[in-house]
Formats: sequence, C-alpha cells, structure tokens
Amino acid sequence: MAKILSLAALLGLWALVAWLAQSPLLPSPLSVGEMVVVETRSGELPFQMTCTLARVRSKLIDRYADPWLVVLLNLPALVIIIFAYIWIGLNETAAIVAVALNKLPNVIVVTREGARSLDPALDDMAQAFRFTWQSKLRNVVLPQLAPYLAAVSRSGLSIIWKIVLVVELLGRPNGVGFVLGSSFSLFDMTRILSYAISFVALMLAIETFLVQPLERRTNRWRRNAA
Amino acid sequence: MEVIRDLRLQLDAFSFGALIGPSGCGKTTILHIAAGLDADFTGERRIPGRGRLGMVFQEPRLLPWRTVADNLRLVLSPDESLGKLDGLIETLGLGAHLSHYPGELSLGLARRVAIARAFAVRPDFLLLDEPFVSLDVAVAARLREELTTLTQRERVTTLLVTHDLNDAIQLADKLFFLSTRPASVAVEMALPPPRGARSKATIDEIAGEVGARVPAYMPDVTRA
Repeated sequence: MAKILSLAALLGLWALVAWLAQSPLLPSPLSVGEMVVVETRSGELPFQMTCTLARVRSKLIDRYADPWLVVLLNLPALVIIIFAYIWIGLNETAAIVAVALNKLPNVIVVTREGARSLDPALDDMAQAFRFTWQSKLRNVVLPQLAPYLAAVSRSGLSIIWKIVLVVELLGRPNGVGFVLGSSFSLFDMTRILSYAISFVALMLAIETFLVQPLERRTNRWRRNAA
Repeated sequence: MEVIRDLRLQLDAFSFGALIGPSGCGKTTILHIAAGLDADFTGERRIPGRGRLGMVFQEPRLLPWRTVADNLRLVLSPDESLGKLDGLIETLGLGAHLSHYPGELSLGLARRVAIARAFAVRPDFLLLDEPFVSLDVAVAARLREELTTLTQRERVTTLLVTHDLNDAIQLADKLFFLSTRPASVAVEMALPPPRGARSKATIDEIAGEVGARVPAYMPDVTRA
C-alpha cells in the first residue's frame, strides 16, 4: 500500500510541476500516457522493448582472470561499448559483448565471495554421505550461493538495462535506447518520457511478479527458522 | 604435526566402541579418517560389509533450506522412498516434524534427524561424534535409549567419540582410551553385557575400574 501511495505522490508531483511549467520539455503524465497507448497500439513500443529484452537475456558471463577483472571493474561502461563497436562492428554481437563485459566483473566478484563463504562443514557432510556431484551442487552449493546470486541478479538487472540503452543509443537501429537517441535529437520529451516510463514499468513488473515471488519462495526456510 | 602414531583400533562386527580422550588428542582426526574425510595418513582403514557409512556430526549439519523429510530423502537411493524409513521415523519421534525446516527444530530434535539420516543409508559402520553434547539430561537420556535400540535392531558396528564417561559406559561394549598427541590407544576395556541396560551399580563399578587403569592426564573426561 505504501508503495502505491508513494508512486501516486510521485505522479501527482509530476503533474503539478508539468502544469506549472507549461513546457514541451516536461509533458504531463497524461500526455505521456497517451503516447504509451499510441505506441503500444501501433506495435512500436512492444517491438522496441522486445529488442532490448532480447539483448539482456542473450548475455551470459563465463570467463575471467583476476587482472582482467580489476581492469574491467574500473573501465567505464561507455569506453567498453565504444571499444566493442569499433573492434567488432556496429552489430548485435558487439552490443551483446559490450553488455556482457560491463556486467561480468560484478557478477564474478560477488559470486566469488559467495563461493569463498561456502560452509566446509556441509561439504564434509556431503562427502561423508557420498552425495553425487549433481546432488551436492543442487542441494549444498547453489542454495548457499543463492543470496549472492540474488543480489547480483537484482543489481545486475538494473545496471544491464541502463547499459543496454547506451549500447542501443550508440550503435543499434532499434530498441528503447535507439528511440531515446532519436527522440533526443528532436527534443521530443513526450516520447522520451513515454519510453522511459514504460521501461521502468516493465522493470517494476519483472521485480514484482518474477523476482520477488521467486525470492520469497527460496527464502521461506529463513522465515520459518526458530 | 603428527597427530596419530601407531594407532590400532579394531571393533568386532555389530559391536559398539567408545573412543575417549583428552581435548586435542586427535579424536576428531581419527573420526575423519574413519569417515574417509581425511586421507592424509599412512595405514589401513577397513569398513565392514559393503562399506556403507553413516555419520552423526557434533553439530547436526542438516541442510537448513531443506525440510526434515528432504534431508532424509537426500541420502536415499533414487529408487527408495521416504516410506522405507517409517520405522526409523517412528522410533525417533520425527513423524510430526517432517515438513519442518531445521531452523524450527530444537537441538535435540535436530540431533534425532541427524541420527535418522545416518541410519537411513543402512550403514555397516556408524560414527557418532559427541551426539549428546549441549543436550539437557532428559533429552540426552532419551537419545541414548533410542541409539541403543537402533544400533541393536539394525545391527550396526558403531564408534562413539565422547568426553563423557557415563555415555560411553552406558552405550559401549568396549572403551578405547587415547593418549595425548601423537595419539595411540593407551587402554582398551571390554565391558560386561548387556550394553544399554547397565545398572547404576555396574556403571559405578566400571567407572571405578576406569579410574584405576586410565592415565591421569585425561582431565577432560567427565563423570556426571
């Protein structure tokens, strides 16, 4: 309930400021909402969102080396994106590589910390009872890594969305980032805000309907602890 | 650092041995070697029968994110169901707790689940690492009875590691007293049958004999 009231207050404040400003640089929530409806009916918004989603989902992170990790951690996202486009070309591969390289170091660092904190006592137990490696991975290792993976997923999703938009803005012919870029050149604030808010709404929906229920389910043993 | 030297520990089939020794003498190391968790030794380790091992650690070491039922299922073969453990579950009073998580259990209950898990694999050799520590008297007494029942019923060769002479005398067929490091068996004492049902007088008599035979450098061995 608090979240709903808070969002309503944000909308109210936006509407008030837009009415006071009377400027195309800050369209009202109503205009933005109308744009969302128009873009959705035309299929443009769903298409552009799908392009962005596909890029996020395609990213997978596997390989690292510690010095590379330090370098990547400290290299600005924009630089990595530009390198990828220059070296690989203005294509999907470069876009995905850029997103992956930007997110990779954070995932590795957090997962590594999780692996370091694995309980050796449970490892001994699994060994004493001759757990198969599959059973050990599923029942002993992954549940211990779950909080770290959840943290990196949550922070990772929010970062990845932002990086993907920059990737699209710099070198892709479609996607929300591309639309924002072209809208920026036309100073079309209504379109910018409609896409941005749709984007945020989608992220909130994923958080509310996917991430949080999954998190509640995997953490129910903690809530039941004496 | 040499922890053990010239250690020879042999148990008769289906018997119950108790390993007693001062703190830091190497009891846990011996237990880990017996469990196959430590391979850094020279010598021979032989498990009777099919070599199936059940172990009860000092901490229950249950998976906190799995229910009691799931913790038991995990040690069963893929073709076995939890129903196979009905008798064990009933003996240990776990029927009402199968859907609980380990965090919801008292220490005594968690230990009973750990014992059930150890017996669930139908072990040929059972290792018990201080299973009664931190339990109150009544809970510990009940657990001793249940262990006696189970080890006799399931015909398991058992090795108990304990500081408590009372526990050892009540449960075991044979006592092994360890020396200080590097540990070896300083004294072996066979106890008169039946184990698990010795009278107080018998226990006192045995304790007296232990006092006479066991070296004085074992201040950690307690007698309640």
